[in-house]
Amino acid sequence: MNGSFRLPTGGRIDRAYPLRFTFNGRAYDGCAGDTLASALLANGVHLIGRSFKYHRPRGILSAGSDEPSALVTIVRDDARRTPNQRAPQVELYEGLQAESQNHFPSLGFDIGVVNDFLSPLLPAGFYYKTFKWPAWAWHRIYEPLIRRAAGLGRAPTQPDPDRYVQRYAHCDVLVIGAGSAGLAAASQAVSAGARVLLCDEHPTIDAPFAATERVTLLSRTTAFGCYPYNMVGLAERLTDHLASPNPAHARERLWQVRAKEIVLATGALERPLVFPGNDRPGIMLSGAALTYLQRYAVLPGRRIAIVTSHDAAYRTADALREAGAEIAAVIDVRKGATITATGGRARVAWIRLGSGDVISCDTVLMCGGFTPSVHLFSQARGQLRFDPACQAFIPAAPLPGLRAVGACAGDFASEFGSGGTLGALDARGKAFVDFQNDVTAKDIALAVREGFRSIEHIKRYTTTGMATDQGKTANINALGIAADALALAPEQVGLTTFRAPFTPVTFGTFAGAARGVLFDPVRETPLHERAVARGAVFEDVGQWRRAHYFPRRGETQRDAVARECRTVRTEVGLFDGSTLGKIEVVGPDAAEFLDRMYVNTFRTLAVGRCRYGIMLREDGFVLDDGVIGRLAPDRFHVTTTTGGAARVLAMMEDYRQTEWPELDVWLTSVTEQWAVIGVQGPRAREVLTPLTDINLTLPHMSVATGQAGGAPARLFRVSFTGELGYEINVPPDAAGAVWDAIVSRGATPYGTEAMHVLRAEKGYIIAGQEADGTATPDDLGLTWAIGKSKRDFVGKRSLSLPALAASGRKQLVGLLTEDARTQLDDGTQLVDDPHQPVPMRVLGHVTSAYFSVALNRPIALAMLANGRARMDERLYVPMADCAIAVQVVSPVFYDPQGTRLHG
Amino acid sequence: MLLISCPWCGPRPELEFSYGGEAHIVRVADPAAVSDAAWAAFLHARSNPKGIHRERWRHTHGCARFFNAVRDTTTDVISTTYKQGEVPP
Repeated sequence: MNGSFRLPTGGRIDRAYPLRFTFNGRAYDGCAGDTLASALLANGVHLIGRSFKYHRPRGILSAGSDEPSALVTIVRDDARRTPNQRAPQVELYEGLQAESQNHFPSLGFDIGVVNDFLSPLLPAGFYYKTFKWPAWAWHRIYEPLIRRAAGLGRAPTQPDPDRYVQRYAHCDVLVIGAGSAGLAAASQAVSAGARVLLCDEHPTIDAPFAATERVTLLSRTTAFGCYPYNMVGLAERLTDHLASPNPAHARERLWQVRAKEIVLATGALERPLVFPGNDRPGIMLSGAALTYLQRYAVLPGRRIAIVTSHDAAYRTADALREAGAEIAAVIDVRKGATITATGGRARVAWIRLGSGDVISCDTVLMCGGFTPSVHLFSQARGQLRFDPACQAFIPAAPLPGLRAVGACAGDFASEFGSGGTLGALDARGKAFVDFQNDVTAKDIALAVREGFRSIEHIKRYTTTGMATDQGKTANINALGIAADALALAPEQVGLTTFRAPFTPVTFGTFAGAARGVLFDPVRETPLHERAVARGAVFEDVGQWRRAHYFPRRGETQRDAVARECRTVRTEVGLFDGSTLGKIEVVGPDAAEFLDRMYVNTFRTLAVGRCRYGIMLREDGFVLDDGVIGRLAPDRFHVTTTTGGAARVLAMMEDYRQTEWPELDVWLTSVTEQWAVIGVQGPRAREVLTPLTDINLTLPHMSVATGQAGGAPARLFRVSFTGELGYEINVPPDAAGAVWDAIVSRGATPYGTEAMHVLRAEKGYIIAGQEADGTATPDDLGLTWAIGKSKRDFVGKRSLSLPALAASGRKQLVGLLTEDARTQLDDGTQLVDDPHQPVPMRVLGHVTSAYFSVALNRPIALAMLANGRARMDERLYVPMADCAIAVQVVSPVFYDPQGTRLHG
Repeated sequence: MLLISCPWCGPRPELEFSYGGEAHIVRVADPAAVSDAAWAAFLHARSNPKGIHRERWRHTHGCARFFNAVRDTTTDVISTTYKQGEVPP
């Protein structure tokens, strides 16, 4: 059982619980407490994957989250294939299936290895230099080929079936890392009675205190990012270690922790040494070998050579020798020894020393010193300084509310001894710096030779440190090599920026519950079910779902819209206008406030009357429009466009609070307090009369309060169709009954498409279409609405700026295609001479185009330079294969006198 | 995520707030009296400093009030917040 490299005693594994797992389809044994890496090593398996660029055989370098090489895909089922998992972090469970990555057809024989022999042609920046011509070939040939050849695991193709949760937490002290320094800091805080959160990426935390209401212990939890104001992001893995997770349970949990104090006890990472052939399977970090021996009772090999520049490796040598391994050599580069080559195909078999001696071995351990894990400290914008004693960057000083302790602070000499190097021992041949991105010492020297000076540019050109491990084992050696090449001290070169996440975090963790229907809230009106029951086709308008049209059996969209338009023009239609923004403006200064916000005058508006209001931005362009009714001297019912409701209220609040705090006025959104039913058409009054106590003969642009269908109602006589019309506002709970009563009296529902056709026939603008943020009231033919006697309103001053008052601006016009059959497209351009060379001189553009049932021909609205002076001119809309001749006409196509409106 | 101290509600996470641009840009009492250039500067010209910036925030998902904050644009540290109408520190 348990493979031939497993020791009979020792370790923190449970030999009483054997586990079976497969790697590339082959079955192996491990036991509870193993990781995938330790179990494979126990079985003598070192070849784990193929490298990113050269497809070289790679093994296990480390024993933790810094692993750059041993990346595998963990497969549970078709939808649960998790690529790029670090084998030393994958906890073994019964039946685990792991697959190696980036090889074809098999791990042992990989065609891509040809890249290794072609490597003289593939130096740093090779694609910038090689794949330049012809230009079209990049997207079609070169990039797809390169992407297929150089890659990581494949992403799953099916939706993620798992559940992810998120929570916020607050604490006095957040301790990241449960090693000796972290436990000491946490114990101290717990003793002091603080609220403590202690997290660690390993499966267990051996805390000398218990979790309580005030003390939270989070194992399998990675602190992946440190953000302003002591906010830390934690990713907690809840079920990945289980053989058969309950799909009802969350797979991962995102914690957003705000801590009064953060203690970074993240330790230090051991550095590889850079020498030719330092990447073969069987070559690993000396500290990793010690971990595999002591924690998992696994011997990494039987005959082991050790290369080191640091005292720590001697401790590993002693422990391995004691456990029965043969230490073939300890090559201490500080004593002038060095290593110049390694050999062996799928596993290291020999090394050559500087002396020329060749030593046979099955394992090589390397130790180049230790690099404090200052990732989070640096993300928090802490300053680092280079410490010559440990040859590494360490925190220069604590930040407010954030300090590093233990090895993270550079305090490891007492435990590990001294020494350490950075840079390359021997940069000849394939001396790898970044194992995951296949960057060699030569690549970095080449980048410097080609003129790169900044470490950030060297990083980008060579891609060192840009893989998913973010150069945990690579960056400091890359810095050393660059410093040598630039003849600068390491502190003069500096480090590249550390970025979140520390290790990759799944999209699911960040998305949490925000998926599918919960991704963005969907707003449905109180009449939504009525529309569904009538078979409405819906469209999205911002977050709202609106009934687009109501097809009857066998009707196309065009048929349905034409019928709905005809009904409104000849009979009566009803329309769900509940999405209209509604703001109640109340107070002694309500009229004064509206006078300042809108171009119109409201002081003079009589109670019970309405006005079409236009709101500008301060730069003079139309922002929004809507009908405003005066319910009382100090109370107005303001309506806005559906999409503009929040924007308009925010702008009103801005001026009310910050410019005119002296005004005594309140603004309240009542969009969802009033459902709106539009009743439009020649029979509107007849249909409504029995349903309300309000006198329906009130004049056009009036408002009255009363009852409708037994509910309190605000009734507006307004029209966005050009017909006799009313808009009844009732509380949402009453809306369904009122709707049903109106339908039962013979009104037919119409949707937003018919609404758009009807308004276009009348030349009514839509904010966002004709008023696209660059149109003034005059451009839209709305100068009549501006209160002439008003000294000021938002946007007034801008209207007299030269650019806005200039002649030749685009103005609203109507267009009729001369053949009376062709329908224009929104956004098409207008020119006077269709035969002129491209680029043509464009005079304007089409903003809205529909088929008008009332005119029995297509119509369009357009913004046209100097348009009002061009009536009856012939212009052209150039298309790909022809030019459509159009005639410029008034934008009011139907009932220009407005007689139907006042009927 | 920034921790922003609303002068009315106390410290709250950034996602409760919306940003309102540079503070103390005064809309003159009589816009008709200013030159085109001065008006254009009011509309568009902002100091955009590297360092200390007095800026408006609105506690949109809280008390809904506008207030001012002093933020260092190089560090994102908000040294103080103060109510609308108070003298800037």
